[in-house]
Amino acid sequence: MPQLPPSVPLSWYLALSLILFVLGIAGFLFRRNIITVFMSIELMLNAVNLSFITFSYKLKQVDGHIFSFFVMVVAAAEAAVGLAIILTVFKNRQTLEIDELSSLKN
Amino acid sequence: MTFFIVSIIKAAVVAFVLLTALAYLQWLERKVLAHIQLRVGPRRVGPHGLLQPLADVIKLITKEDMMPSHVNKVFWFLAPFIAVLFSLIPIAVIPFGTELSLPAINLGPVHIPAITTAMQLTDLNIGVLFILGISGLGVYGVALAGWSSNNKYSLLGGLRSSAQMISYELPMAMAIAAPLLALNTLSFRGIVDGQAGFFFGFLPKWTIFQVFPFNIISFILFIIAAFAETNRVPFDLPEAENELVAGFHTEYGSMKFAAFFMAEYCNMVTISCVATLLFLGGWHPPFPAQYGSSFLPSLVMAGAGVLCFLHAMSPARPLDRFTLPVVGVAFFALAGVFLIPAVALPLMPIIWFSAKALVILFVYIWVRGTLPRFRYDQLMRFAWTFMFPVAVVNLFLTGLVVALMA
Amino acid sequence: MDALLFMIFAAIAVVCGINLVVQTHPISSALSLVGVMGALAALYLLLGGEFIAAAQLVVYAGAIMVLFVFVIMLLNAGTEHKGHRTWAKYAGVPLLLVFLGIIANLIANRLPASENVVFGQFTKGSPLEIGRALFTTYLLPFEVTSVLILIAILGAIVLARKEID
Repeated sequence: MPQLPPSVPLSWYLALSLILFVLGIAGFLFRRNIITVFMSIELMLNAVNLSFITFSYKLKQVDGHIFSFFVMVVAAAEAAVGLAIILTVFKNRQTLEIDELSSLKN
Repeated sequence: MTFFIVSIIKAAVVAFVLLTALAYLQWLERKVLAHIQLRVGPRRVGPHGLLQPLADVIKLITKEDMMPSHVNKVFWFLAPFIAVLFSLIPIAVIPFGTELSLPAINLGPVHIPAITTAMQLTDLNIGVLFILGISGLGVYGVALAGWSSNNKYSLLGGLRSSAQMISYELPMAMAIAAPLLALNTLSFRGIVDGQAGFFFGFLPKWTIFQVFPFNIISFILFIIAAFAETNRVPFDLPEAENELVAGFHTEYGSMKFAAFFMAEYCNMVTISCVATLLFLGGWHPPFPAQYGSSFLPSLVMAGAGVLCFLHAMSPARPLDRFTLPVVGVAFFALAGVFLIPAVALPLMPIIWFSAKALVILFVYIWVRGTLPRFRYDQLMRFAWTFMFPVAVVNLFLTGLVVALMA
Repeated sequence: MDALLFMIFAAIAVVCGINLVVQTHPISSALSLVGVMGALAALYLLLGGEFIAAAQLVVYAGAIMVLFVFVIMLLNAGTEHKGHRTWAKYAGVPLLLVFLGIIANLIANRLPASENVVFGQFTKGSPLEIGRALFTTYLLPFEVTSVLILIAILGAIVLARKEID
């Protein structure tokens, strides 16, 4: 069992935020179901929230928490409208695969 | 180190008491519903049916537990766990009393230091927000149960139930926010400490008597939203037995069904405790100690003992001629214990808290026996067109009054 | 103790994140995302952000993700089919790794020396401080976001309603 330090350096939190952000991008680029793509966007937003809070700890100010709060609120609004759009798309096309929503192509 | 051991012991005690209380809450519900409907309820297993919950638990455990073949295995198995988990967690932040001071015990090889611990598992300074969050997470158990059963009735029941729960979270949160404007703290212990003392020497400073009359409206809104959150009558359309073939828990049997039942009762207990702490003054007595509020619990228990002896004279079963006097003597002993000042001091707050929570639970059961249920569209319309605007206006007016009085 | 808690919740977050990207059924991805949000709420608590941790549970995990789960259950679309191998996928992975490398280098080398995270050292994350900042310094964004939410509600209702014939 490797010896853990008594407390965690700040860069580990930023590294975790980076890993989650990259996972979000990977999901966004490589998945075909539109709802999963949307959820990867939410994962990216969460990763950014973590880095906001981390920097707020470093600079000893509360502003990072406030920004994070606004990010959450905007994500809520975006999720509501985005899911309504997805519902409309499903009603018209009966599919949720982004490759089949290609009527503007060619 | 003592902190960890004491916390573990407290958690074990609270968990044990909670689970026993859940079982006996079901007994209470059956007896009260029966008496409302002019019948008697369970009376054969133990005096006045007091051992009925034990019989039910044994039955549910020994029943065969099947997994139907058409369900989505992982989520079907997970849903009762999620429901029970998120209904048992909020008890951790609910305070039951003031402080317990145990003296040091030094006999022979056993050395236990003197311990002073609060009668609460943890006092979060965001206690109210924590409970709101965990109740929001409890929706997942219901939604997953309905969906994973691969059955249109369960799916409809699960979706309706989850939509109802999230619709009523909003008026509930606003009804909770209104008294917090005057109390200025989110930790439960701070909220109860803000309700200590008496107005004019006799009226307790409970939240419903502060900021008159808006906090009473908040209390009523909270109770209505609480009925809807816990899926109880008159809002229990998604899980009623004669609608939708029992709704989202159709495909569950024996222990998993018991788990959903337990989750529902635990939600009821949590919400009653929160209502007591936020609105009814927690563990403070309703009239000052100089008018004898310390003797009221002993009086009530002595009365219960007398009642047991009276019932023993015309018992329901011949065995009760012997068991009921034993129960009566136990009540008299408890009444005597509560007269000892050293024991009564830490225990009296728990008694007042439990009494108030039990009153709210009795109202829950009373309403179940009395009111018919709402249709689903009436339920949702009630939430969005009546409760939500009333909650917003109430919050605004409470804020106005608090700002003007400060 | 802090380090152990960080490792546990970071591991849960990363495993749930990988699960989100790898699972074929959207419901499993949605529940993994709820797991990520729960783990992140615990990490916010370690960083001293109690209000944000509670808001994450109430707003994100308790409302937004419930909305996602509802839509997935209503649409009942089923698992994904295997996609064609396009050139975009072959270009995407190296670019992603390059991005990962650049930012990791930034974090490891370019950040000024910072202290360790000790639980309890950051006291400005309480609801009192956040309320004070929200209603004094950040009042305008607060009011604008409430108008934004109103617009989102109107938009969602208009887009998702049944056509009345």
